[in-house]
Amino acid sequence: MAGYLLRRIIQALLILLGVTAITFILLYLLPADPARQIAGRSATAATVQSIRQQLGLDLPLWQQYLRYLGNLVQGDMGRSYIQRTEVASLVWSRLPATLLLMAGAIVCELVIGLGAGIIAAVRRGRPTDTAIMVASFLGVSAPQFVVGILLLYVFAVQLGWFPIGGYGTFAHLVLPSLTLGILGGGWYSRMTRSSMVDVLRQDYIRTARAKGATGGRIVLVHALRNAVLPLIAMIGLDVGIFMSGAVVVESVFGWPGIGQLTWQAIQQVDIPVIMGVTLTAALFIVLGNLLADLIAPLADPRIKLR
Amino acid sequence: MEDLTVSFAGRDEPGRRTGQRANVLEGVGFTLAIGAIVGLVGESGCGKSVTAMSILRLLPSPPSRVERGRVLFEGVDLLTLDEGAMRDMRGNRVGMIFQEPMTSLNPTFTVGWQIDEALRLHTPLGRKERHQRCLELLRLVGIGAPERRLAQYPHELSGGLRQRIMIAMALACEPRLLVADEPTTALDVTIQAQILDLLAGIRERLGMAILLITHDLGVVAEYCDEVVVMYAGRVIETAPVRPLFANPRHPYTAGLLASMPKLDGGRGMLPTIPGMVPSPGSRPVGCPFTDRCPNALPRCRTEMPPLEIGPDRHAFACWNPVR
Ligand SMILES: Nc1ncnc2c1ncn2[C@@H]1O[C@H](COP(=O)(O)OP(=O)(O)O)[C@@H](O)[C@H]1O
Ligand code: SF4
Ligand SMILES: [Mg+2]
Repeated sequence: MAGYLLRRIIQALLILLGVTAITFILLYLLPADPARQIAGRSATAATVQSIRQQLGLDLPLWQQYLRYLGNLVQGDMGRSYIQRTEVASLVWSRLPATLLLMAGAIVCELVIGLGAGIIAAVRRGRPTDTAIMVASFLGVSAPQFVVGILLLYVFAVQLGWFPIGGYGTFAHLVLPSLTLGILGGGWYSRMTRSSMVDVLRQDYIRTARAKGATGGRIVLVHALRNAVLPLIAMIGLDVGIFMSGAVVVESVFGWPGIGQLTWQAIQQVDIPVIMGVTLTAALFIVLGNLLADLIAPLADPRIKLR
Repeated sequence: MEDLTVSFAGRDEPGRRTGQRANVLEGVGFTLAIGAIVGLVGESGCGKSVTAMSILRLLPSPPSRVERGRVLFEGVDLLTLDEGAMRDMRGNRVGMIFQEPMTSLNPTFTVGWQIDEALRLHTPLGRKERHQRCLELLRLVGIGAPERRLAQYPHELSGGLRQRIMIAMALACEPRLLVADEPTTALDVTIQAQILDLLAGIRERLGMAILLITHDLGVVAEYCDEVVVMYAGRVIETAPVRPLFANPRHPYTAGLLASMPKLDGGRGMLPTIPGMVPSPGSRPVGCPFTDRCPNALPRCRTEMPPLEIGPDRHAFACWNPVR
């Protein structure tokens, strides 16, 4: 187990190193001039040149990269070109909102996806099943902003149950989580249904029936435990996706998460911030995967970590 | 069991849609006395499993449907019970074990949990008492180190052990009837004998009846009191073991016995008789065995022979039986 963890951690570090390298090269190729950006339009060529030297932007690519890595291991992700603050503290300040939304979204996804998937599997081939699968398809294919604005309009504007946007209370969390939950729930319900249908065909389900278990018990105890196994890896993946991908929902609901930070940074070509959020997202993807792999053996005793 | 007739909606066969309903069982009936072991034999596909599953109503419906008939158990027709009363029968008054020990246990729960569940569902016993009972059950089915075994998962056990666990689970509530659908077919020969000896021994101790479904006439000769022979969804001959083996009357049974390996303890797979078994959808009007029968008469093609009971409780369905 300790050996397994050590190997996974080394693996994770290598992946993150790769991510920094690739992002660094891609951003280096951009036709932007950071020194000019920082200095402002009215600055003289000499000022721009001195800023360039100060930041080491005149060095060759590999030297710039090594400098970046050297700073990174000390926890320094650089400074934003625009806001002049530490990237680390920018990311850090957005982290609580992002994690909160991630948790809310995953809870909604699971409740919607598992619930709908189980019902569809049990009612396989009947109208309920078809209706759920059509709804899931819509959920999967609807654009985030459409669902978000629709929910906003109905539940915030018309009914006034929830605030129109912002951050701070539980009520603020509901609609953005639900938006992401509806979208992701479509995937989960399709996965749950197919894995549940498969499990319900197994011999051990017949055994449970022969034992006298009720239908509900068979589905929720005997079958569910087996059917969620493929979903665990998916939850791990979602941890990473929501870290970087809730951009649209964050804008619609004015949610101060990493998604908005990313969006701003891209628009302003704020390279250190782009680097920082990319790296953070990569870190969470790796962590999510590791977590899923560690949880899997708890659900399925046949899986051994090696 | 009386006149049990079960149909299945036709399923899509490769390249062709059959669509029609076909009777897979046609008027199946037989009796199990208290404490008896009755062997149910017949070629693969003749309806043995469907018969077994009908007793506990485990057939998926749709596509299956009971057309007519009764399954009387201690005077109650199981087919008319409501779902709740039926659950009280399953795993409690009637236990069942299956052919596939490798896949019949849930891979995500310990075997202890799975045996315990039968007790939780049907008895008021507390946790400690149930644990004691589980240990007792494992000893009953001949499993050593029961404490350790209870904590294991199915994938950690061999096929033979898993089948013993299945038996322990089926016996947890001391059922009056145990339905065993080819319990040893998937196991190797030495384990087969151990499991069957175990079942015979348990029958002695608990006095329950066993419906033992098998491919193997040797097993029937050795362990059963009575035999029910099925062919193409019907009972074609039934009798106590001795008269049946001494003097089979139906040509199909006679054919089976004639080609059964002798002298080696009789452990052989069901021998093959030339020809094909008609599938449920395409059975002839007359005797379904006609095309393969050495004794066939013209009448056999047009009229179904009824199952007639003779002396010795020996019944057979044939116009021109073996003497
Ligand atoms: N789920 C099903 N759908 C359609 N037909 C079935 C189904 N299960 C069994 N049958 C039919 O019932 C017949 C008897 O099957 P079965 O009882 O399993 O035979 P066996 O004697 O080998 O146990 C087979 O010919 C098969 O076509
Ligand atoms: S009824 Fe006729 S065809 Fe059928 S088994 Fe008897 S003799 Fe053969
Ligand atoms: Mg069978």
